[in-house]
Amino acid sequence: MEHQVEDSLLIKRYIDGDERALAALIGRHNQRISSFIYSKVNDREVTEDIFQDTFMKVIRTLKRGAYSEEGKFLPWVMRISHNLIIDHFRKNRRLPMFEGADSFNIFSVIGDEKLNIEKQIIKDQIDSDLTLLIEELPNEQKEVLLMRIYRDMSFKEISENTGVSINTALGRMRYALINLRKLIDQNNIVLTN
Amino acid sequence: MEKLYTKNHNKCKLVKAKPETVEFLLNYSKSLKITKAKGISFESNMN
Repeated sequence: MEHQVEDSLLIKRYIDGDERALAALIGRHNQRISSFIYSKVNDREVTEDIFQDTFMKVIRTLKRGAYSEEGKFLPWVMRISHNLIIDHFRKNRRLPMFEGADSFNIFSVIGDEKLNIEKQIIKDQIDSDLTLLIEELPNEQKEVLLMRIYRDMSFKEISENTGVSINTALGRMRYALINLRKLIDQNNIVLTN
Repeated sequence: MEKLYTKNHNKCKLVKAKPETVEFLLNYSKSLKITKAKGISFESNMN
């Protein structure tokens, strides 16, 4: 909460022309956003590129005066980077081409495991809704959930990284899931694919 | 006690964008000017 006020103040200063406010915003969220991107792309150079593109978009939006104060800054930036990550994977997706004869249809042998456009859109929407909901969780629960689900860490690794016991980490994960379900109920969100 | 030859890889990677990237963004911001005319915004880069 404290952070949110400070972020909005910095944004206001930046829009008013104080370039140092941007440096402060980037410095504050650099690690979180970079780690988020890295957890998805697993490549240092691509992480740098997406981080850069994300903030170029942020800068343009803020300078155009198109930023709405309604949302929180960090979830907004995370959403931009999330969309850029999806673009990155779409661009790099190799699409093999087959020309099947009438007597033989290659698709009867090869199954298409990829989601169709509609399902992909639904999945993207669920992902972005979830990202916003996760942001609402208390920090310690959010931290454990992100490490477990998005970084695929074991509870032992989580306990080592957060400095709490495995049982505490397990408890935080449990409460994170309970609270997420509550948030989903409260907001009448339907998360199905 | 059995000797373990596997390394315990910690999957938590906390990374940060390089200072050069941050520097580039700050310079980009300084050089970007947005002019609005008749409801249309024009972007210009002073670099």
